[in-house]
Amino acid sequence: MNTQYPEKNCAITGIGQSEVSRGATKSALELTVDAALEAIADAGLTRADIDGLATWPGSMDVNTGFSPVGAPGLQDALRLKLGWYCGGMEMPGQYGAIFEAIGAINSGLCRNVLIFRTVYEATARKASFANSLLHEGKRAQGPLAWFAPYYNYAAAMQQALYFNRYVHESGITTEQIAQISINQRRNAALNPKAIYRTPITLDDYLAAPIIATPLRLFDCDVPCDGSTAIIVSRMDVARDLPNPPVRIEAIGTNMHYRNNWSQLDALATQAQPAVAEMMWSRTDLKPKDVRIALLYDGFSFHTINWLENFGFCERFEAGAFIEGGKRIALEGELPVNTSGGSMSAGRLHAYGAVHEACTQMWGRAGERQVAGVPDVIATSTAGGPLAGAMLLVKD
Amino acid sequence: MSTQIPPRALPQLDLDNKAFWTGGQNGELLIHKCGDCGYYVHPPVNFCPECDGRDVEPQPVSGRGTVETFTVVHKQWVPELRVPYVLALVTIEEQDDVRLATNIVNCEAEDVRFGMPVRVLFERHEDVWTPLFEPDSAG
Repeated sequence: MNTQYPEKNCAITGIGQSEVSRGATKSALELTVDAALEAIADAGLTRADIDGLATWPGSMDVNTGFSPVGAPGLQDALRLKLGWYCGGMEMPGQYGAIFEAIGAINSGLCRNVLIFRTVYEATARKASFANSLLHEGKRAQGPLAWFAPYYNYAAAMQQALYFNRYVHESGITTEQIAQISINQRRNAALNPKAIYRTPITLDDYLAAPIIATPLRLFDCDVPCDGSTAIIVSRMDVARDLPNPPVRIEAIGTNMHYRNNWSQLDALATQAQPAVAEMMWSRTDLKPKDVRIALLYDGFSFHTINWLENFGFCERFEAGAFIEGGKRIALEGELPVNTSGGSMSAGRLHAYGAVHEACTQMWGRAGERQVAGVPDVIATSTAGGPLAGAMLLVKD
Repeated sequence: MSTQIPPRALPQLDLDNKAFWTGGQNGELLIHKCGDCGYYVHPPVNFCPECDGRDVEPQPVSGRGTVETFTVVHKQWVPELRVPYVLALVTIEEQDDVRLATNIVNCEAEDVRFGMPVRVLFERHEDVWTPLFEPDSAG
């Protein structure tokens, strides 16, 4: 095995997650503290052992609840003494904070990095119609300003542009698409922390409102309040800690396509193919070795796209792959989004997937535990021109 | 259709994008074009990634294009919004890697198709002439 890649020298050693709800009884900062303390304890560490801190996208001064807590807020709350920290948005998707931590660890800046992502979107939406694309009374700036005058109220409609192109090019059917949502709700029924746990049928899926073609209500993730934290440790440190290290086998971080929401090179596949290719180039493992796929599911189509782009099926054949749902079910050949994912368990924004990967690998998943030893898990983030990928293995 | 439609959100104008958002004042869709190799550069900046040229200036294009992709929006995000409506990416006739976010207007939302020929029209709001597109029967 090639050992020159720095990610192989890093492992997840502990996980934590706050209460996850459609209306928190705690502040966003307290949720973050809950998740952080749980992760630190789970790793067998104390606050004094944490010498790195990273988050995506950093605290944002907007009322959307998208990211109310940043690195400085948590550093001060926990009085951490850090060799290195970061919080920022212009990265390869939500896992960018993890990728940065890999660099910091291998540069000798820190050994145990606390990485977190906090959302407070359920509470924010009760207060006002808030979304992350428009700011009332202000002129639009930045990349999405090109969409501003066109009644572009939410990511759902803007990303539906890619998904409709995918439907056009692939010929996927509505009944096939529905399997992603139906499968995840089935998994969520076995996850005590999931927000929506009542199974849905194809009829339920078809009866739900269309948001923006081809997206229906159940194709969209569920805004929630919650915080997820993980500890990423240097490999030699990880091997002395109580949990079997979940080693980072390979990552995909590249940006080969145009990083632009309207000019990205391939609308139907978005930025994912080159990122997946990079990830596979850094490991001897192959798609057939993967036991569980925890794929980004801001919308069901992201998951469908990643199935193809990771190579679990051929280009534009995901529809046939997921038809009937058996192949991607918990007991199927490639269980997908076993916690219920963002669409049923709550939009913890990719960090829910990392938490679930460790939960499964450490045999803690209870009724939804995948049989055998799920020792290779592929996970991914983001859509449009953003993408990040990570392969996790049992050390 | 007596209901008031909500105001369009407007972009902050700057030195790079001003020509694009104000060309409609003269009925022109202006896209930056390299004076050396003829490549259209969008979003606009005075650098040509094809030939490294710096002589890149806004030039009028035909205003014709095709619907690269679209979505029919059914959710009424705000009370005054008329639904369904169409958000689209239109590829300009002159170059297939210049795509404009837009609304397709003057046709039923259900009638929009992939590859449909469209032509530009402008709707003024304050100092912005918003390019919209409508079916181009001549196309």
